[in-house]
Amino acid sequence: MSAWEDAGARLAAGTATLLSLWGEPARAHVALLDGAEIVHLALDCADGTFPSLGRVHPPALRLERAARDLYGLAPVGLPDARPWLDHGETPTAYPFLPVEGERLHQIPVGPVHAGIIEPGHFRFTCDGETVVRLEERLGYVHRGVEALMRGADILSAARLAGRISGDSTVAYAYGFAQAVERALGLSPPPRAVWLRALMAELERLANHLGDVGAICNDASFGLMQAHCAILRERVLRASAVAFSHRLMMDCVVPGGTACDLSAIGADALRALIAELHRRFPPLVTLYDATASLQDRTVGTGVVRPDLARRFAAGGYVGRASGRDFDARRTPGYAPYDALALTVPVLSEGDVNARVWVRIREIEASLALVDGILARLPPGPVRAEPPPGTGEGMALVEGFRGDIFVWLRVADGCIAHCHVRDPSWFQWPLLEAAIEGNIVADFPLCNKSFNCSYAGHDL
Amino acid sequence: MRRTLLQGLLHRPLTEAAPRAEETAAVELAHALNTAAQRKLGRSLSIREIDAGSCNGCELEIHALNNAFYDLERFGLRFVASPRHADVLLVTGPVTQNMREALERTVRATPDPKWVVAVGACARDGGVFARSPACLGGVASVMPVDLVIHGCPPTPIDLLRGLLTLFAPGAAGRAQSS
Ligand code: SF4
Repeated sequence: MSAWEDAGARLAAGTATLLSLWGEPARAHVALLDGAEIVHLALDCADGTFPSLGRVHPPALRLERAARDLYGLAPVGLPDARPWLDHGETPTAYPFLPVEGERLHQIPVGPVHAGIIEPGHFRFTCDGETVVRLEERLGYVHRGVEALMRGADILSAARLAGRISGDSTVAYAYGFAQAVERALGLSPPPRAVWLRALMAELERLANHLGDVGAICNDASFGLMQAHCAILRERVLRASAVAFSHRLMMDCVVPGGTACDLSAIGADALRALIAELHRRFPPLVTLYDATASLQDRTVGTGVVRPDLARRFAAGGYVGRASGRDFDARRTPGYAPYDALALTVPVLSEGDVNARVWVRIREIEASLALVDGILARLPPGPVRAEPPPGTGEGMALVEGFRGDIFVWLRVADGCIAHCHVRDPSWFQWPLLEAAIEGNIVADFPLCNKSFNCSYAGHDL
Repeated sequence: MRRTLLQGLLHRPLTEAAPRAEETAAVELAHALNTAAQRKLGRSLSIREIDAGSCNGCELEIHALNNAFYDLERFGLRFVASPRHADVLLVTGPVTQNMREALERTVRATPDPKWVVAVGACARDGGVFARSPACLGGVASVMPVDLVIHGCPPTPIDLLRGLLTLFAPGAAGRAQSS
C-alpha cells in the first residue's frame, strides 16, 4: 500500500486526523495530525489523477472537489462528480442531491440572505415544519486566493492572508507568518511572539462576545445582543488604541509584528479587561437565568460526539461535542506553552453547549490577556525575513477553530500557499445538526456554528 | 433580567454625537445625486446590504452601526431584509464571478429610485483581489455606483459619514434608474 493510501486507511480507522487535503498543478497533498505531530504527504500526479481519500473518509470529499476545481486534478474513485468552488457559466444549473418521499417540500434559501451575512445557498427539504435534509452549496465568495498567492512577494501575500476571512484576520496572518518563518528558518523576537498571542486573544474576545449576543438575538432575546455588542465594540476600540486598527489587520507580519504596544495601548487594554470583568458576569447570569431563552438553545441542533471526532471539528463546535482539541496546546506554540491555558469541553453538542464553550473561552481569554500584559518581554518586535527557499506549515487556533497553513517560498516570493479554514469541517456538521429540527431554528443553529463563508470559499 | 434593565435605564447613553457628512476624505460621491430622488426618498432610507465577495470584515463594521454607540436608526436609516423594501444597496466585496448573477438579480429586484453605495477597498476597485480572474474587480464594473465609502474595512464612523452624505443638499444632481 502506498503512503497515500495508507493515510486514507488511517483516517478511515480514526488513528489519524485530517488537517487538510489540497492540490497544486500536477501534485496532491495531504496533512494529517498523528498524535501531536503534523505529517505532510505530497503525491506527484503527472497524469493528473490521485486516489481519492474522500472515498474512504468523507470529511475529505469537499476538499477533493475543490482541488479538482482549482487545479484540474482528478480524484480517482471520488463518489461526488459535482463541482464545488467553480460555479461555471450557469450557476443555477447545480444538481442538488435527490430527496424522495411523500409530503416533502423544498425551501431554497440564498445566496443573498435576509440579514447582514455572507452569501451561501441552503436547500432545505422539509416534512411540514421539520427539516429532513439540508444541503449546502457554497463557493459564492470564491475570490481565487490561492491563485493570487502564487508569485506574490511575502508582504503582499501576508496582507492577502489577513483578508481571507476578516473576522479571523489576526489568526490567518499569525498562521501565515509562522509558516513563512518555518520555511525560512527565522525566529521572530520574543516580544513579537507575545504580542501576537495578545492580538489573537483580543480577536477571540471580540468574536465570541459578538457571537453570544447574536445567538441570543436569533432566539429573539435582543437584550443580550444589545449588551454584548457594546462589549464587542469596547474590545475593538481598545484594539484600535493599542494597535491602530479595530480588527488588527496587517498587524502580524512574517518576522514579527508591524507595530509595538505603547504604554498608552497597554493601559487601554488593562482598562478593557477591568470593564469586561465587571460587565460580562451579569450577562452570563442573565443567559443562565432566562428560561425562555434556554428553551430555545437547550437540545437544539445537536452534533453527536462521534461525528465531531470523525470530522475533526475544531473550535467551539468540536469542544461543545466532546472533542478536546486546541491547536494552542497540540501541537502547541509559544507563548502558550508558558501560559496557563484552560480549554473548556462539554459533551451535549447543542446550541446551548456552543454558547457555554464561548462563555468559558471569553473568561479564559481574559485571563490570558492579563497574563500576557504582565509578562510581555521587552525588545524589538520584528526581524527581517531572509531571502531563501523552503516549505513551512502551521496550525494556529483562531476563534473558530484551528487554521492550517502550508506554503512554499522561493526567492522571497510565495510559490504556493494553501490555507484551510476550520469551517471546512464544520459546515458538513451543520447539515447533520439541523436534521429533525424545525426550519425556524435554523438561524439559531447556523449562528451557533458561525462558519466562515469567505474562509471556506477562498 | 430586571436588574439589567434597571441598570440600563440609569446608565447615561453611550451614543456618539453625529458626525458631519462633509468633513470627510473617506467618501467619494461618484456623481451628484438626483434631487427628485432625494425629495422622494426624504430623510428615511431603507438599506439592503449585499456581500458580493467580501472577506466579511466590512460586514463586521456594518453590523457595528446597529450597536448603541452608532445607533444607525436615529438618523432614519435602517437595514431591511428584502431588496424590494430598499432605497439604498450597500455592496461589499470585489464582485466574484460566482456572485455576479445574484448581485444583478438583487439590484433588479430593488424598486427605483435607488442608490448604490460601494463599501470598502474591494467594492471600490477589487482591493487586494483586483488581479484575480475569479473577481470582476469592484462594483462599478457591473453597475453604476453613486457613492464610495473607503477603508479596509471602513470604520463605523466612516460608514455613518458616507451614508449621511446621501442626505446632504450639495449631493444633488444626476439620477440613476435602470
Ligand atoms: S475592503 Fe477590506 S475588509 Fe472589506 S471586504 Fe475587502 S478586504 Fe475585507
